[in-house]
Amino acid sequence: MALENIFIQEKLSQKFGNSVKNFAAMRDIFTLEANKDNIHEIIQFLKEDEELNFHFLTDLAGIHYPDNTVEEQFAVTYQLHNWIENTRIRIKVFLNGENPEVQTITDLFLCSNWMEREAWDFYGIKFTGHPQLKRILNMDEMVSHPMRKEFPMEDGGRTDKDDRFFGRTPVNC
Amino acid sequence: MSDLLLPPEHRYAKVIEEKRNEDGSELSILNLGPTHPATHGIFQNILLMDGERILDAEPTVGYIHRAFEKIAENRPFYQINVLTDRMNYCSSPINNMAWWMTVEKLLNIEVPKRAQYLRVIVMELARIADHLICNSILGVDTGAYTGFLYVFQFREKIYEIYEEICGARLTTNMGRIGGFEREWSDEAFKKLNTFLEEFPIAWKEFENLFERNRIFIDRTVNVGPISAEKAMQYGFTGPNLRAAGIDYDVRKAAPYSSYEDFEFDVPVGKSGDTYDRFCVRNAEVWESISIIKQALAKLPDGPYHADVPDYYLPPKEDVYHNMESLIYHFKIVMGEVPVPVEEIYHAVEGGNGELGFYLISDGSRTPYRLKMRRPCYIYYQAYPEMIKGAMLSDAIVILSSLNVIAGELDA
Amino acid sequence: MEEKTKMVAPPEGVSGEGFFATKLSDVVGLARANSLWPLPFATSCCGIEFMATMASHYDLARFGSERVSFSPRQADMLMVMGTISKKMAPILRQVYEQMSEPRWVISVGACACSGGVFDTYSVLQGIDKVIPVDVYVPGCPPRPEQIVQGVMQLQELVKNESVRRRNSPEYKELLASYNL
Repeated sequence: MALENIFIQEKLSQKFGNSVKNFAAMRDIFTLEANKDNIHEIIQFLKEDEELNFHFLTDLAGIHYPDNTVEEQFAVTYQLHNWIENTRIRIKVFLNGENPEVQTITDLFLCSNWMEREAWDFYGIKFTGHPQLKRILNMDEMVSHPMRKEFPMEDGGRTDKDDRFFGRTPVNC
Repeated sequence: MSDLLLPPEHRYAKVIEEKRNEDGSELSILNLGPTHPATHGIFQNILLMDGERILDAEPTVGYIHRAFEKIAENRPFYQINVLTDRMNYCSSPINNMAWWMTVEKLLNIEVPKRAQYLRVIVMELARIADHLICNSILGVDTGAYTGFLYVFQFREKIYEIYEEICGARLTTNMGRIGGFEREWSDEAFKKLNTFLEEFPIAWKEFENLFERNRIFIDRTVNVGPISAEKAMQYGFTGPNLRAAGIDYDVRKAAPYSSYEDFEFDVPVGKSGDTYDRFCVRNAEVWESISIIKQALAKLPDGPYHADVPDYYLPPKEDVYHNMESLIYHFKIVMGEVPVPVEEIYHAVEGGNGELGFYLISDGSRTPYRLKMRRPCYIYYQAYPEMIKGAMLSDAIVILSSLNVIAGELDA
Repeated sequence: MEEKTKMVAPPEGVSGEGFFATKLSDVVGLARANSLWPLPFATSCCGIEFMATMASHYDLARFGSERVSFSPRQADMLMVMGTISKKMAPILRQVYEQMSEPRWVISVGACACSGGVFDTYSVLQGIDKVIPVDVYVPGCPPRPEQIVQGVMQLQELVKNESVRRRNSPEYKELLASYNL
């Protein structure tokens, strides 16, 4: 017997009021949006409450929305899973475009350590309180955050790729 | 906490300075470097050692970071399949099928039963291939080379089956949106049946070489144990978690592609040490063999792909003679296919655990954001804790038994 | 049966009662070509095809590569198999510098030859940007037969190489162009 989405929504709204909003059932996963200031308490509540018991962190992803307003240009999604009731939940937190910061959840879930480092490496999202926030997959000397939309995929220093063969002209590229 | 931001050598140098003994002996730093014969893949571990014992470790990953997620933002759905092969390259059909199932979930496509059963067969074959490598290389790391040679013969047979199905040996790029690209030939089924006759005998021999072997037991029992609580905290899934005692398997929890039609057990260990991980993988190979036999026995007739002309390329003869097929072909290749704007997460049981794809689509032919939940990346964080207090040769054995695949680690 | 297996042919020379006279470079070339000890620098998927090549079905050991050496000082040929990222490139260079002369490099797989499928900011577009390469084996991943053919082509190169090549000014110029 799975947890009912309405039940989760009521419990969360009761405890956190306006900090949780935009509840929706996206296909088979219940999604909600949370305020970045008390995301730590929200996730702690989801983990430690006996009825909700979302004890497993499946994934933590960073997303860049350059077309949004400045207040919402970065997002972090937390995906939690309750194995006993077999229910998943996804929480999305929007962050400021110029200064994306959110509190870390490494004290709740040990596996979020490297996932947050990956989000920092790729997007520049700072996780306050993280014990070791440094680059993980890219080179340590790298300055920019490559998964942001403005960063190009290809290597800028290639000398052997002739744009003519790829159909790239100054007009379309 | 800014101490942890320093490179590990500097941090450990400070510790060595503090803890120097009066007789001149001191702790040492060992670089289990990126290129090492016994680490399967390139990742670096800098170890602080007291003689032969490891006191602390810090891993460095990213030596094979190929920016899959960035590439995926620039490629149409059918071209991302090529990238998924190269994640866990020991069992690439599982990654391929996981990606296709994610896309089918997004596009609301129902795959016919025959294609689902064929997918199950090829995924279980890939799981056997993955566990073959892991266990035989664990044997090589403890000094037993023979098992590796026996078992690689059968990996060649699995490669031949893949070649009959899709043409490639290792990085298979198998399947299409809605099913397979061609019907499996009779030769493929013949080779599969021969494999199912010959392989169990060889696998029994392989197990006999190791499971009651005194030397192997001494090297692997109580080496690198992890409790079930800790494993869950660290995000373990797959055989490593099941060896610790928790029977979470995505095939049972959220069955996909008709797994609910098959009967199989989920083997579970007790203490989460290396021997348990080895035995859980052995048992899983037997379960996979049984699933393949069940699927072959119950294989229904029918189409091998879904009837979705919007997404599945029509046969080339039709493209040359039929106007509709020509238009569909053009639209699919140029990318004018209807794609809903949604966020999808789909997970399958990969060789190492829950392999998930979190796909955000914005209606265009390339994803807006694709996050791959790679099990190896997540459970490798626990490695420094598992080797604390162990000896150096144990650290190597623990690393082999975790089955860390560099392609999946860095992606 | 005689046509199927080829034994290593002796070099051209003058033979007589109890002696065989030939050029030194031929003998040295023969010895080097049939005992190339590889250093498998296996990074990703091509590494698994290398494991299949070393296993009993395709068996690279018949060509003299019986002892796989992981120490650069004791290896003759560096087989770079798999994607080399920019983070890994200095390490590859260090391993190449540690190898002692004569040394050869085989670049196995599309990623090592030219960056392969991964035209991204983090992947080195071909190892010949950092080290000189002798034989390129394309493929993604190449079949074991292709890897064996690559080794056989290297054997031809090695057999016909002059003994003085490593001290010649052209070779030094080649190394200088890589800043080695």
